[in-house]
Amino acid sequence: MKSFKKIMTGALVVAAFAGTGLVNADSVSLNGAGATFPYPIYSKWFYEYNKATGTAINYQSIGSGGGIQQLTNGTVDFGASDAPMTDDQMAKIKTGVLHFPTVAGAVAVAFNVPGVDKLKLDGQTLAGIYLGTITKWNDPAIAALNDGVSLPDLNITVAHRSDGSGTSNIFTNYLTKVSTKWAATAGFGTSVKWPVGVGGKGNEGVAGLISQIPGTIGYVELAYAIKNKISYASIKNRDGNFVEPTLESTTACADGALRRMPKDFRMMITNAAGENAYPICGFTWLLINKSYADPAKGKAITDFLKWYLDSGETMASDLYYAPLPASLVEKVKAQIDEVKY
Amino acid sequence: MNPSAELTDNGGAKPRALPLLSFGKSGFADKFFQKLTAFFAFLILFLAFLTALTLWQASAPTFHKMGWNFLTSSDWDPINGIFGSVPFVYGTIVSSMVALFIAVPFGLGISLFLTELAPMKMRDPVAFLVEILAAIPSVVYGLWGIFLLAPFMRVHVDPVLEALGGALRLPFFKGPSTGLSLFTAGVILSIMILPTITAISREVFEAVPNTYRESARALGATSWETILLSVLKPSRVGLLGAIMLALGRALGETMAVTMVIGNTPQVSINLLAPAHSMASVIANEFSEAVSDLHISALAEIGLLLMVITLVLNIVAHLLVWATAAKFQK
Repeated sequence: MKSFKKIMTGALVVAAFAGTGLVNADSVSLNGAGATFPYPIYSKWFYEYNKATGTAINYQSIGSGGGIQQLTNGTVDFGASDAPMTDDQMAKIKTGVLHFPTVAGAVAVAFNVPGVDKLKLDGQTLAGIYLGTITKWNDPAIAALNDGVSLPDLNITVAHRSDGSGTSNIFTNYLTKVSTKWAATAGFGTSVKWPVGVGGKGNEGVAGLISQIPGTIGYVELAYAIKNKISYASIKNRDGNFVEPTLESTTACADGALRRMPKDFRMMITNAAGENAYPICGFTWLLINKSYADPAKGKAITDFLKWYLDSGETMASDLYYAPLPASLVEKVKAQIDEVKY
Repeated sequence: MNPSAELTDNGGAKPRALPLLSFGKSGFADKFFQKLTAFFAFLILFLAFLTALTLWQASAPTFHKMGWNFLTSSDWDPINGIFGSVPFVYGTIVSSMVALFIAVPFGLGISLFLTELAPMKMRDPVAFLVEILAAIPSVVYGLWGIFLLAPFMRVHVDPVLEALGGALRLPFFKGPSTGLSLFTAGVILSIMILPTITAISREVFEAVPNTYRESARALGATSWETILLSVLKPSRVGLLGAIMLALGRALGETMAVTMVIGNTPQVSINLLAPAHSMASVIANEFSEAVSDLHISALAEIGLLLMVITLVLNIVAHLLVWATAAKFQK
C-alpha cells in the first residue's frame, strides 16, 4: 500500500512539472494596472486576446494614480491612465514611457428638474452653475438657452464626484477651457476644490443624488447614463451647435482634436472643433515602456498593441465606449515601432 | 473595559472540571503556551507600531510643506497642493457624537428591556434581530442611506428640525437641506453602532447578580428604582466600555458615511449642512491621487485618525479606571 502511494505521488509530481513546462514553452503573461474607467473594455480585450493568441494579460483596475505608481516602481509591465502623465512623472520612468490612446469617453451632464426633459446648456452657464453664481433653474442665463421650456423657480443643487476620477478630470478640464473664472478658482484635475455642491462616490453616487434630489445637476460617464437611462443635457460646442452626448459625437470630438494632436498623444481633447463634436470628452491611455529587457514580453506587448488597434476598436461601441477615429488609429500604429526589445 | 471584572460572583456556580489537554507533566507545555500567546500579543503591538511608522514616513512630504498648518487649516485644494485637515476631523468627530447621542439611549433602552422587562420567550429572538444589524455590510447601509434614508430625511425629518431650529433660534438646524448632512451621517452611524451597544450592555446587565435585584425588591423598590439602583449603577464601567467600543466603530466607518455626508470639506455648526470625514476622504481620493503631495496628505489624515482614536481610547480607559476606583470605595 505504501509503495503504491509513493508511486502515485511521484507520478503526480512528474505530471505537474510536465504541465507547467508545457504552459511556459509558448506563452507569456503580462501584468498591468491602472484606470478603472476603461476596465470593462480592457477586460473584454484581454479575454478575447487570450482566446486568440494564448497570451494571458492580467489587469488590476486600481485607479490611474496607482497604475502610474506601479509602472514607475517597475512592478507591472504596463500602466493605464485616464489623464496623461505629467513631465515630472514621465521623467521618473527610466526606460521612458509612451501613451497609447485606446478609446474615448464622454461625460454627460445629467439633471433632475421636475417638468423638464430636454435641456440645453453652454460652457459659460455650466461654469456659472458649478461656480455657484447661477443658483436658480429659472435664471435668465439658463432661460435664454431654453426657449419654450418652462423652468421652475427651484434651487439648483450641484452634484460632483467625491472620489478622484478621470471623469472629474475631463469635466473640470472643459470648464477650465470655457471659463477663465473657473480656471482661476478651481482649475482641473482628478480631485479639485469644488466651490459649491455635494459629492457622491462614483457614478452611482452622483446618479443617486440626481435622482433623489429635485433640482440637482451632475455629471456622469456617458456609458453609465445610457445604461441607466438618465436624461442629460445637450451642450453647445465650439462651432455653436447644441450636441447631445452619443458615441458618434464622442468620436467626432476625438476627430476634431486631431489637427492639434501632439506627437506623443498627450492631450486633453475637451472643447474640440467640429460640427457634431460633443465638447466634454476625453481619451484613456495605455502607458507602455519604451524598452523591455525581456524580449518575449516586448514582443507580446507590441503584438497586443497591433491587435487592439486592428480588431479591438470594433468591440468598443458594444460596451458604450467611443472607438478612435480611423485617421488617429493609423497615427497610433506608427508609434508601436518606438517600443524596443 | 472588562464588564465582568468587578462582578465575578455569578450566583455561586461551580467551575467545571477541565478536559485533559496537557501533553506531559513537565510544565514545558505551560511555559511554551505562555511564550506563544505573549508572542501573539506583542505581534499586535508591533503591527500597530509599524503602521504608525509607515504612515509617519509617508506623510513626511506634506508635513514638510504644510507643517502644523495641516492641523489648523480648513483649506483642501489638491490642485494647488494646499492641505488642511480641520473639516475632516470636525466631520468625523461631530457625526460620531451625533451617532452616540442617538444610539446610546436607544441601545441601553433595548438591552434594559431585554434583560429586565421583556417576557422570557421574547428576549433571545429580539436580541438576535438587533445583533444581526451588525452583519450587514457597510456598503449596503450606504446604498440604503443614499436611496432611502437621505430622501426621507430631506422630506420628512429635516423640515421639522428646521422649524424647531427656527423657533428656538438654534444654529444647528438651518435649511435648505439636501438630505445629505452631518445629521444624516450621524443617524446612519447610530443604526450601525446600535448592535455593539446593545450586545455589550446586555452582557453587562446580565452579569449583575440577581441577589442585587432581589435585595432592592425586598426593600420595597419599584421596577424603575430596581433598575436604577441595582442594575444601572453597578454597570457604569461596563457601559462606558460599550459606548467607547461603539465610538471606535463610528470614527472609522467609511462607506456608509461617504454615501450620505455630502463630501464637502467645510466646517459648519449647522448639522443639516453637508460635511466630510477623515475615513471618507482617504477612501474617495486615494485611488486617483496622482501627485506625491496629495498621496502624502491622505497618509497624514490616516495618521491623524490613528492618533485621535488612540487618544480617545486612552481617555476612555482613564474614565473607566476612575469610575471603577470610585465604585470600589
